[in-house]
Amino acid sequence: MIIHDVICPFCGCLCDDLELECEGGKIIKVQNGCALAESTFMTDTRLPAPIRRTESGWEEISYNEAIKETAEILQGADRPLLYGWSSTHGEAQSVGVHIAELIGAVIDNTSTVCHGPSILAIQEVGHPGCTLGQVKNRADVIIYWGCNPIEAHPRHMSRYTTYATGFFVPDAQRERTVIVVDTRRTDTAGIADEFVQIEHGGDYAVLSALRAIVRGKASVIPAKVAGVSKEQLIRIAEICKTAKFGAIFFGLGLTMSRGKYKNIRNAIELTDELNRHTKFVISPLRGHGNVYGSNEVFTWMTGYPFAVDFARGIAFYNPGETTAVDILRRGECDAALIVASDPGANFPRAAAAHLAKIPTVVIDPHVNATTALARIHIPCTAAGIDAAGTAYRMDGVPIRLKKVIDRGYPDDAEILKKIYDRLNGGKGP
Amino acid sequence: MTEIWVKNACVIDPLNHINGEIMDIAIRDGRIVESVSDRADVIDAQRCLTLPGGIDSHTHVSGTKVNFGRYMSPEDMRAGRTKRKGKMHVTSGYYVPTTFGNSYRYSAMGYTTLLEGAMAPLEARHTHEEFTATPHQDMMANTLFDGNWAVMDAVREKDVRKTAAVVAWTLKAARGYGIKLTNPGGTEAWGFGEDLTGIHEMVPHFAVTPAEIITTMMRANELLKLPHSVHLHCNNLGKPGNYQTTLETFDIVPDLNPDRQTLYATHVQFHAYGGGTWKNICSKAEEITSSVNSRPQIVMDMGQIMFGRTMTMTADGPMEFNLHCLHHNKWSNHDVELETGSGIIPVTYSKKSAVNCIMWAIGLELALLTKNPYQCLLETDNPNGAPFVKYPEIIGLLMSKRYRDEECATLHPETEKRTSLCALERELNWHDIAVMTRAGQAKALGIVNQGKGHLGIGAEADIAIYPIRTDSVDPAREYRKVVEGFQKTRYTIKRGRVVSRDGDIIVDGANATFWVDAMVPEDLKMENDPEFIKRFEQFYTVRMSNYPVQDVYLPRGRRIETEVFT
Repeated sequence: MIIHDVICPFCGCLCDDLELECEGGKIIKVQNGCALAESTFMTDTRLPAPIRRTESGWEEISYNEAIKETAEILQGADRPLLYGWSSTHGEAQSVGVHIAELIGAVIDNTSTVCHGPSILAIQEVGHPGCTLGQVKNRADVIIYWGCNPIEAHPRHMSRYTTYATGFFVPDAQRERTVIVVDTRRTDTAGIADEFVQIEHGGDYAVLSALRAIVRGKASVIPAKVAGVSKEQLIRIAEICKTAKFGAIFFGLGLTMSRGKYKNIRNAIELTDELNRHTKFVISPLRGHGNVYGSNEVFTWMTGYPFAVDFARGIAFYNPGETTAVDILRRGECDAALIVASDPGANFPRAAAAHLAKIPTVVIDPHVNATTALARIHIPCTAAGIDAAGTAYRMDGVPIRLKKVIDRGYPDDAEILKKIYDRLNGGKGP
Repeated sequence: MTEIWVKNACVIDPLNHINGEIMDIAIRDGRIVESVSDRADVIDAQRCLTLPGGIDSHTHVSGTKVNFGRYMSPEDMRAGRTKRKGKMHVTSGYYVPTTFGNSYRYSAMGYTTLLEGAMAPLEARHTHEEFTATPHQDMMANTLFDGNWAVMDAVREKDVRKTAAVVAWTLKAARGYGIKLTNPGGTEAWGFGEDLTGIHEMVPHFAVTPAEIITTMMRANELLKLPHSVHLHCNNLGKPGNYQTTLETFDIVPDLNPDRQTLYATHVQFHAYGGGTWKNICSKAEEITSSVNSRPQIVMDMGQIMFGRTMTMTADGPMEFNLHCLHHNKWSNHDVELETGSGIIPVTYSKKSAVNCIMWAIGLELALLTKNPYQCLLETDNPNGAPFVKYPEIIGLLMSKRYRDEECATLHPETEKRTSLCALERELNWHDIAVMTRAGQAKALGIVNQGKGHLGIGAEADIAIYPIRTDSVDPAREYRKVVEGFQKTRYTIKRGRVVSRDGDIIVDGANATFWVDAMVPEDLKMENDPEFIKRFEQFYTVRMSNYPVQDVYLPRGRRIETEVFT
C-alpha cells in the first residue's frame, strides 16, 4: 500500500509530501524524504513493553504497573520536573501541562537547550517573520546564519528557499542570492554566493556592524570586524538593502554561542532596520519536529512558551531559574518525567547526572541515552508514524501528522491521561 | 433531561420585543421551552436584569497571532494570573489572557458566544485547537480573504461565481464561518513591504483594486447565502484623514439582503479620523454616522479604545509596522503565503496623548450618533482598543453623560476642540445596551435562527443574569453600579447549564464551533478545478490534501449548510 502526502515528523520542516510504501504493518520504502526522514521511518526499533530497573539490570513490567509507579513517583515528589515534549503531538503536550498544573510541577520543553535564547530575544523585541511559503514565493536574498541546513534540515533549501520555484522567483537558482554566515566552512557554505566567515564569538559584533552600515554609519566601522572585512560587510548590507524580499534563517550557531539571546536580539533589530528599506524577515530553524508546537501549546495554556513552574499554584516563568537544566543542576528536582526527548544525550553533564540520582521515568517510543539514566522506560507510539496528532512547523503552520501503520503501542497521550487520572483520584483533565 | 426554571427575571429581549418585563424562563435540555416540570431546578433572579447571553461579534482570542501576542509578552502574563480553583484552570495574562483566562472572564461577564475576528485558512487548525481550550463560549471564525490569490484572480476575471466557489472551498477547508477582509489588497502588497493608500489603487502584480475585491466579495457572499455578511476592516486603518476612504467604501455597498446588512464594517473608530497628520487629527464621527444612518445595509462596531496598556494585533501587517515606527516598542509580523498578513505590537493609550483622547472620544461618538443601535455594536476589537474586560466601563460611559463629563475633564484639552463628544447629551438605555451587546450581534452574524441572541421559545438557553435592578438604579447618576453590575453576572447560563456564578466557573465547558458549509454547483467545485489544484501545489508549502481542517479539531462542530446557488 502506498500512502501519499505523509508528513515527516523528524525536524521542524515537517515536509508533508512523502510517499510511504507499507506492507504487513511495516514501512518498507520512503520516497521524497531526506536521509533523516528515511531513518526516522525505517529505523524504528522499540522496546516490546515497559521496563523497570532492577539491582542487576532491567525487568519487563505491564503498562498498568508502569503507569501506577510513575504516578506514585510524581505524587511523592516535592519538586517534579516534566521535560521534553518536542517529538510528540500537541495532544500529549496538552495532557502534560494539565499534569504539571495538577501537581505543581515544572514543565519545560527542549527549547530550553535550543532556541530558548531566541524566545528571550523575541520577548524583548518581537519577531518579524512569515510562513515559509512567503520566502519560497518572494525571497531573492536568503541568509543562513549559524546553521547548516544541508545536514540538519536537508530539504529546507529545496522546499522553501534556495532551490524552490516560487511565484515571483520562477528561476530560483539564478534569481536568488544565498549568503551563509558561519564560523566554519560548512557544506551549506559551499553553495553560498557569499560566505562570511566570522571568528568564534564574533556574531554580535558583525550584526552590530551591519546595522550601523544599513543606518548609513559605515564610517565608524573598522577595517575588520571579527575577521570579516569592511568591504564584505558593506557588500552584504547593500545586497540586503536592495533585495526585493530578504529572509534570514538562523540556528544554534547564533543562539548558543557567545552573546546568546543578545545575538538574536541584534539579528532581529537588523531585520527591523532593513524593513525600513525593503521587506525582510527572520526565523529560527527549529530542530525537533514539534518543538514549536510545544511552545504554542504551553503558551495558550499557561502564557509562556517554556520553563513553566506551577509550584506556587500560578504559572511562573523565569528562564535561568525555572528551566530544566538549572533545576537539575541545582539538584532541586526530586523526580523527573521525560517525554519524547533525550536530555541524557543533550544536557550538560551535571544536569544529566542528577537525572540518574532521582527517580526518572521516560515515555518515548525509542530507547535513548536517557533510558540509561532512568528507573522506568515506557514505550509508546511515535507521533507521525503510528499515531496521528498535531504538530507545528517551524513557521507556526499547524499540520496533522498521520498514523501510517499500527504497531500496537499505546499513544503517549493515553498513557499520560492515565497518569493524570491516577493523580487526580480517577478524574480526567 | 435537565430543567431549570428561572423566575422573577427582569427580561430585556430586543428580538422578541420584550423590554424590562418581569417574567419566568423555562429551560429544558439546553433550550428555552414553554414550561418545565416541578422537578426543575429553580433560580430566583430576584428581578435582576436578565439578558440573552452576550455575543462578541469581533474579538481576537484564538489562533496564531493571539498566541504570538502571549508568547512575546511575559510581562502581560504576569499582569493577570489566577490559581487553579475548583473547575477553573490556572490563568495568565491581562490583555492577552490564556485561552482559559479569556473563557472564564468572558463567562463571568455573561458572554456565551464569540466570533474570532481573523483566521488565516492555512493556520486554521491552530484557531480550532484554541477554540477547544476556550470551553465556555460557542465559537466561530472570520476567515481571511484579503490577499487570497485565487480570490484576486477570480475578481480580476470579474467572475462572481468563481469567487464564490473559492470562498466556499476555503471556508469548508478552514472550518470557517464568514468572509473577513482586512485591508483588502494591502496585505498582499505588504508581502513586498508596500501598502495601498486607497480603495481604487491597484494591488501590485494582481491588477485588482480593493474596491473590486470588496464589491465582488459582497456579491459572492450573497450568492452563497452565507449567514453573515462580508466583514470588513477598511483600508488605511489608523491614518489621519482616513475617514474619506471609509466613506468611499460605504458608498459602494449595495443593499443585497433584506434580513441583515450587506457589509459589516469593523472597529470603525480606527477609520473615522479627519486631519492629515498626527498633529491635526480630528473626529469625523459625524460624517461616518451620517453615512451609516442613511444606509441600513451597513452595520459597524465601535472599536472603542480605553486608556491603559494593551496589545494591538491584526492581519493588517503594514499598519502594524507603521505603528511600530511611531512606538519603537517590540514588533512582530507574520505574513501568510497566498492569503494574508499580520502584525502585533503592544501600545499604551494615554490620557496625556491628544491623539489617544480623540480616539477614545470618536468611539463613543460613533455609538451615540448612530440612531439605530443595531447598526453600531459595542466592542473594542479586543484587545486592540482595550481588553474586553473594559466593556462594562464602556456601557457606563454610553449610559451616563455625567460619567463622560467626568472622564473628559481628565483628558487632554484638545479633545473638546477636535471632537463633539462633550456636546452629546444622549444617554443610551438598557434596551440599547442589550441590542449593542447581543441582539444586534446575533442579527448581524446571522445566528438568530441558530437560537442565539434572544430568549424566545426554542432559543438556545444562553442567559446572563446581572446583579442590577433596573427599577432602582439610575444609570445616568449611578454609573458605578452599572459598571460593577456588568462586570460579574450572578448567573451565566450556557446551553441550559449554569456555568458561572458570581464570577466563578463551576462546570467543565462544552462549547460548540459554528462553521459554514456553503454549497456550490458541481461544475464550480474548486477541488475539481485543475488550474486551482495546480497553483495550490506549486505555490503553497503544504499539500492540498493536508490543508483542510479535519473534523477531529471540532469535537462539537455545528455545520451550517447553505442552499446551492444556480
